[in-house]
Amino acid sequence: MELILESLFNSVAIGSVLLVAALGLAIVFGLMGVINLAHGELMMVGAYSTYVTQLIFKLPILKPFYDIYVLIAIIIAFIVSGTVGILLERTVIRRLYGSPLETLLATWGVSLILQQFVRSVPLAYATGCVITIFISLLFSTVIPQNLLQGNRRKLIKTGALGTSAAAGVLTASALASLVSKLSRASSRNVDVTAPPWMRGGVDVLGMTFPKTRLLIIVITIISVVAVSIFLNKSVWGVRIRAVTQNRDMSECLGISTESVDVITFGIGSGLAGVAGVAVSLLGSVGPNVGGNYIVGCFMVVVLGGVGNLLGTVIASFSIGLMTDLIGAGRLLTIWPNMPQPLASTVDFFSTTSMARVMIFALIVGFLQYRPAGLFPQKGRMVES
Amino acid sequence: MTLSRKLFASLSTVAIASTITACGGSDSSTNFDDSVTVGILHSLSGTMAISESTLVDTEKMAIEEINKSGGVTVDGKSYQIKYIVEDGASDWPTFAEKSKKLIDQDKVPVVFGGWTSASRKAMLPVYESKDAFLYYPIQYEAQECSNNIFYTGATPNQQSEPATEFMYKRSPAAGKPFALVGSDYVFPRTSNTITKEQVKSLGGKVVYEDYLPLGNTEVAPIISKIKRALPDGGTIINTLNGDQNVAFFKQIQDAGITPSNGYYVMSYSIAEEEISTIGPEFLEGHYGAWNYMMSIDTPASKKFAKNFKKRWGSDRVVADPQESAYNMVYLWKKAVEKAGTFEDNAVRKALVGITFDAPQGPVTVMPNHHLSQTVRIGEITSDGNFKILEETDGPVLPQAWNQFEPSSKGYACDWTNPRKGERYKL
Repeated sequence: MELILESLFNSVAIGSVLLVAALGLAIVFGLMGVINLAHGELMMVGAYSTYVTQLIFKLPILKPFYDIYVLIAIIIAFIVSGTVGILLERTVIRRLYGSPLETLLATWGVSLILQQFVRSVPLAYATGCVITIFISLLFSTVIPQNLLQGNRRKLIKTGALGTSAAAGVLTASALASLVSKLSRASSRNVDVTAPPWMRGGVDVLGMTFPKTRLLIIVITIISVVAVSIFLNKSVWGVRIRAVTQNRDMSECLGISTESVDVITFGIGSGLAGVAGVAVSLLGSVGPNVGGNYIVGCFMVVVLGGVGNLLGTVIASFSIGLMTDLIGAGRLLTIWPNMPQPLASTVDFFSTTSMARVMIFALIVGFLQYRPAGLFPQKGRMVES
Repeated sequence: MTLSRKLFASLSTVAIASTITACGGSDSSTNFDDSVTVGILHSLSGTMAISESTLVDTEKMAIEEINKSGGVTVDGKSYQIKYIVEDGASDWPTFAEKSKKLIDQDKVPVVFGGWTSASRKAMLPVYESKDAFLYYPIQYEAQECSNNIFYTGATPNQQSEPATEFMYKRSPAAGKPFALVGSDYVFPRTSNTITKEQVKSLGGKVVYEDYLPLGNTEVAPIISKIKRALPDGGTIINTLNGDQNVAFFKQIQDAGITPSNGYYVMSYSIAEEEISTIGPEFLEGHYGAWNYMMSIDTPASKKFAKNFKKRWGSDRVVADPQESAYNMVYLWKKAVEKAGTFEDNAVRKALVGITFDAPQGPVTVMPNHHLSQTVRIGEITSDGNFKILEETDGPVLPQAWNQFEPSSKGYACDWTNPRKGERYKL
């Protein structure tokens, strides 16, 4: 009983990290068909914004609220990564729709730029940049179109840009002077520490459940539920799905496909930011943090079936289960008197490196039989 | 207008000044008869840059100190030391290529460089074929002894072996079984092979061994296996790499693998620099083994730490690899002065037997091109330092060929005797 419970918890814990990381990609890659190799770096941006939030909450004025900074960091990470994602969509990806190879190369380039950016730009100024972009994006949606006519157009646009730049510069200099750690560029990995109440474990039935793992599971569940409600119930969700199924027809019916692209990509990127918070609680935050997850994310999305949320969920939990069964040598504990040759094989694969090899081999094998994953997409897009 | 011109003028002055210091890297207060240019070759970009740049800082500091005290005196002439810094870019073939450039084009008499074993293995053939000389400052797995490399870091018998013995005999986990966890590459695997043999000969048991692929931070399966293999606590020997340590220590603490529950981690690659990155709250009560620790309470050690902080910033720390890098610059200076020339072969002969009062205590160059060094075991404290629990009575002699590993047992290295050389039977 205890064994099954422990195994189950481990599988869910491993699977939920994979799922939260892959969720954004499932939207960007699955629904939009954009191969975004910078997805990992958007996670990194989320992880760094958690770090910045943590430092801000250590300031004397916000000290009383330090205990809940992680929860606020989730929202901030969503906004920050979403902003960076929208900028990326507006500047690079929009020009490359329909040419997957170019998108792949361009986003890979962007991932390198982002990695080097956090290495060589002090985080205070990086925060300033994000705030400038965020406010100017906000202005461009908030200012009504009828104001933007004639001579006023230029004036208002310059004013908006100036305001957002000023806000960015102010935040950057304020942060740099208040928090000395943010005022210098560093390629060193930084550390996100959970507030004291979130450290340690909960003891149930003689077993220890790490609290950070529990929190990540909760974050994952909330994200999945929110995304599925958004996609299935909201107006924008319906539009997104419509554009996914048939872009030209949706446009004919009056859906602004451009806005749909921006929103879809923004949400996908924002979810990457949420994943960044989760990942920062488990390990350290550094320029390479995203690169470690990107392969796993694509693996989950491909295994689950491109464009299928349920597939992504099932794929990540089955990879989690396999990692635990193979990697922790669970099979030997379940079935102690296994015949000798089989037992030694299982034992051989029960190290972390070999378990990875085994899982990859199983996935490759599976995709030979079901090339489109667990839940293949049905509909017009497949035929075209 | 004038303001901007002034700004521009001051900016360009700063730029020129910094360019000059970057190239010359020395002060001009003393008069020198001549100058000598040495090579510094570490990664300034890529994944290893974080660690290796601290060595460049330390080597620059050592060179500046030497220049301030009159430079190198050879044959009655004083030489100012200048340096050329090359970037190995965390890419092993680049290390070999830049070595060739430093030797052939810049004609440096010596190169200080390297961190990973992979970079050293890539550079070794270059130095052997050109008969040049590389000084390598990192604690490593040994099983190598080149006539053209001079190793100032610890060999396993100067770090991991005393540490294993301490854990088995005198730590709170004494007599309990061992678990070995490392990153999946050459150093952890070689080091753990030695540890396994040693634990066997001590009468202990290694119950679990696992390697995390580089870049992987999912340690949940490892944690459940450690708990199953060591139900009543024990020693965990940790040879994980860089940021994998952060994931490991964060997650084992959450899972209850802590000193208060009887689990003690002995790490071979966590020094003061890494403690401050990982966070002392995750490491408190665990152990480390080094030759130099910042908390050594001697005037030499304090002066080293103080000078480094003064030169590079008060928040910086010094650790064992930096101390080795510092020592090697001074040892080279002493050898050149003893030989009376910069010529490779004469310096190599002069090197053996040279003693230097290092921050860790006296070190001596041995015939196998390694250093005799003092070994210290420390417990990590909440302020990010080591509390030194024990140290050897004096310097421990280095063993280039390991005496626990069956394939190298009974062998040694001696470059002062041409008949013995790289590997001879004791």
